[in-house]
Amino acid sequence: MTQFLQQIINGLSLGSIYALIALGYTMVYGILKLINFAHGEVFMVGAYTGFYAAGALGVAGFEAQNQGFPWYLALLVLIIAMAAAALLGVTIEFLAYRPVRSAPRLTPLITAIGVSLFLQNAGMLLFSPNPQRYPAILSEVRFELFGVIVTNIKLTIFAVALCLMLGLHLFVQKTWTGRAMRALSFNIDAAKLMGIDTNQVIRSTFAIGSGLAAAGGILFGLDQITINPLMGVLTGLKAFVAAVLGGIGSIPGAVVGGLLIGLAEQLTAGYLSPEYRDAITFVILILILLLKPEGLLGIVRVEKV
Amino acid sequence: MSLLELRAVDKIFGGLHAVRGVSFQVERGAIFGLIGPNGAGKTTLFNVITGVYTPEHGQILFDGQNIAGLKPALIAERGVARTFQNIRIFRTMTVAENVMVAGHHLHKASIASAMLRTRAYDRDEQALAKRAHELLEVLGLAELADEVAGSLPYGSQRRLEIARGLMLSPQLLLLDEPAAGMNSQEARTLNEQIRFLRDQLGLTVILVEHNMAVVMNVCETIHVVDHGETIAQGTPAEIKVHPKVLAAYLGEEEPGTEASP
Amino acid sequence: MRAAVRLAIAAAALLAIYGLQLGVEAGFTEYVQRIILLAGINVILAVGLNLINGTTGQFSIGHAGFMAVGAYGTAFVGVQLAGPVHAALGSGAFSDALVFNLALLAGALFAGIFGLIVGMPSLRLRGDYLAVVTLGFGEIIRILFNNATFLGSATGYSGDDPSGLPAYTNFFWVFAWVAAIVILIHNLTFSQTGRSLTAIREDEIAAEAMATPTTRLKVTAFAISAATAGIAGGLFAHMQAGVRPEDFRFERSIDMVVMIIVGGLGSISGAILGGIFVAVSLELMRDLQQYRLVLYALLLIVIMIVRPQGLLGARELHHLLRRKKPAKATTPSESA
Repeated sequence: MTQFLQQIINGLSLGSIYALIALGYTMVYGILKLINFAHGEVFMVGAYTGFYAAGALGVAGFEAQNQGFPWYLALLVLIIAMAAAALLGVTIEFLAYRPVRSAPRLTPLITAIGVSLFLQNAGMLLFSPNPQRYPAILSEVRFELFGVIVTNIKLTIFAVALCLMLGLHLFVQKTWTGRAMRALSFNIDAAKLMGIDTNQVIRSTFAIGSGLAAAGGILFGLDQITINPLMGVLTGLKAFVAAVLGGIGSIPGAVVGGLLIGLAEQLTAGYLSPEYRDAITFVILILILLLKPEGLLGIVRVEKV
Repeated sequence: MSLLELRAVDKIFGGLHAVRGVSFQVERGAIFGLIGPNGAGKTTLFNVITGVYTPEHGQILFDGQNIAGLKPALIAERGVARTFQNIRIFRTMTVAENVMVAGHHLHKASIASAMLRTRAYDRDEQALAKRAHELLEVLGLAELADEVAGSLPYGSQRRLEIARGLMLSPQLLLLDEPAAGMNSQEARTLNEQIRFLRDQLGLTVILVEHNMAVVMNVCETIHVVDHGETIAQGTPAEIKVHPKVLAAYLGEEEPGTEASP
Repeated sequence: MRAAVRLAIAAAALLAIYGLQLGVEAGFTEYVQRIILLAGINVILAVGLNLINGTTGQFSIGHAGFMAVGAYGTAFVGVQLAGPVHAALGSGAFSDALVFNLALLAGALFAGIFGLIVGMPSLRLRGDYLAVVTLGFGEIIRILFNNATFLGSATGYSGDDPSGLPAYTNFFWVFAWVAAIVILIHNLTFSQTGRSLTAIREDEIAAEAMATPTTRLKVTAFAISAATAGIAGGLFAHMQAGVRPEDFRFERSIDMVVMIIVGGLGSISGAILGGIFVAVSLELMRDLQQYRLVLYALLLIVIMIVRPQGLLGARELHHLLRRKKPAKATTPSESA
């Protein structure tokens, strides 16, 4: 029983990270009907920005003295990473996706794959292809609750993810831009006719999604300890599957999907075999696309003939 | 026995009851009109008849057999051809190729024989090309046979759609707003073409149309729907003065009633 | 009579290819020869993928999986057959040729079957969803091979011989198969079936309304393209000491997509050019070492922005050379 609870905790924390990344996929797809393959790499860049920012802020010094990194500096690292990722996301949109926005659906798909490959390989050049150990932006403290080991890192992941998701929810429901985002996801042409500056809204969408992915990147680094330039490939794919599972285009769907994928992966690794932890995501992908392609919380669209 | 009979057909999309209990019969050799204000459910009826949608209730009897819910390709094979409201020709293919696509029943050769170019394949291919050319002649498109379909003027594209449908050797032809975008001269030509299709080629024609000059002129029976329901059926003369039809198109005396877009 | 003429032409063509092989082997270094072989294998991959992605418009980005099935299938069957065939016919070029080609056909068959298994459920989906599900299947196939102990798991399969798989692949076999596949696929594309596939790409709903058996055709095209990827895989396998799952990652599927995009989606001649282009440019960039893939990705992005229709669009080289007659003037009643 305790092992099961342990897996649940681990699965949910991993799933929270997937959810943060999945939100970016789902928001962009909802508006542009584009699978932003490069989003996984934005996650990676976010993690690395956190790595370098923490380094610049002297995390090594704190580690050497066995002192915890001050919380305000950790927060600063998070903000820097989110801002950098947002900038990257907006730049990608401007340089690579906007020129092909009106092209048949295939072209942006291939472009996105190109951007993804570009960032992966650029990452290997810039950040060194070797895995790096993530700095102790948060020094680990373990507790035991009902026989289950919980670390402050896991709690932080839950807390940060929850705050960000709540923030997003409020943003989408209460702010003008958020409402505009929802309008665009229903009908982008109608939104344009209503005088909404669609470019601005799309930029915001990319910025927010990228920022969330960066947060996910830092949390991932804290949780998994090592990062490498190709970390976005598999994790990005899993987060994408999560978005599809929940219903691509649906924000609550991304959260639900992320948590479910995290749980599925952890339970598979724990009870079946660690070899299959990656495979289970693909199996879920295929099952959901074949059985319920609109996802758990998505809506079926009937094509007008 | 009528060629096509709809019995209490219902089509529902989520919350929208697009077609409610529609019934009618179309006799062989008839030119049958289906009219109604925008959003009345006419194209939906076409889509249900041709298998694009499956009706929730009701039967669709074609030549005595219920075709409700069958796949479109199967229904087309049985002899139901159609054109589309917003012209769905194969734009990058040539005019002749567009027509030839519909010639599956003339082309018995297998994929393997296509890859190996056997004699049987070549024979089938020639027969197909020949038949396609005949149909293009009938519709006055023979000279455009090698032109890319997308480059044709609008009127020719509409005729191409009809030629393509004829390739199926259908018994029933469904024309969805064939007069859209035509001026009165073109519409008159269309009337002649429709009569030709029935008189010379033995087709039964069902027409969805907004252009009253065409409908009243060429249709023998007219069935009127509004908000998915039948509101009248009769000859053009009867329909022209039918109070429910007038009300549906022109609105009631009192304000507040409106046909949905 | 016709069959006799065709056989004569085929024999002549094979002789010509053999002659070319002698020339190539004499005139070029091992290194260049390898690139030429890879170019040929790429052509097979590209022409096959073009059938489903280009002509039929059903976008698959997981075809590396089928290449893997063909590679493993050919290698495995080849190893099993070698013994009996050599026992019956002695060793030497003829029995090697027999073993190799039978093994290739087996590999193609396995790949085609996998194509059916993947295609049947997947082709109900459209556009992005189809692409993603094929990606998923491609990865699953690779993971299966990665865990298949009787095929060597991650270290790969290299047959019974300690020196690895027999090096059957040479210029002659690669280009004989290139010729065969290009001709067959060309014939298929310019036939009623090809027309139907193009119609499906253009407007699937209209195609269905014209009695086209869309599902059957899509799945068939998918299986055929999987089978050709299988042949390419089998040829590839016997240029290496062994077959490893590593050789069939997602990047391999993307390479295949790049080939047909660069050449022009829907064009067979484009696919041929694209296949050669990718093989050659990857080699030329090898000197750039770690910058190579960055540039490759950048190239892809630039092409999509600047010239997404690739070199030839959907047109064939021989159609471009034969100019179309200008459109006829419209009659007054047709002007809108």
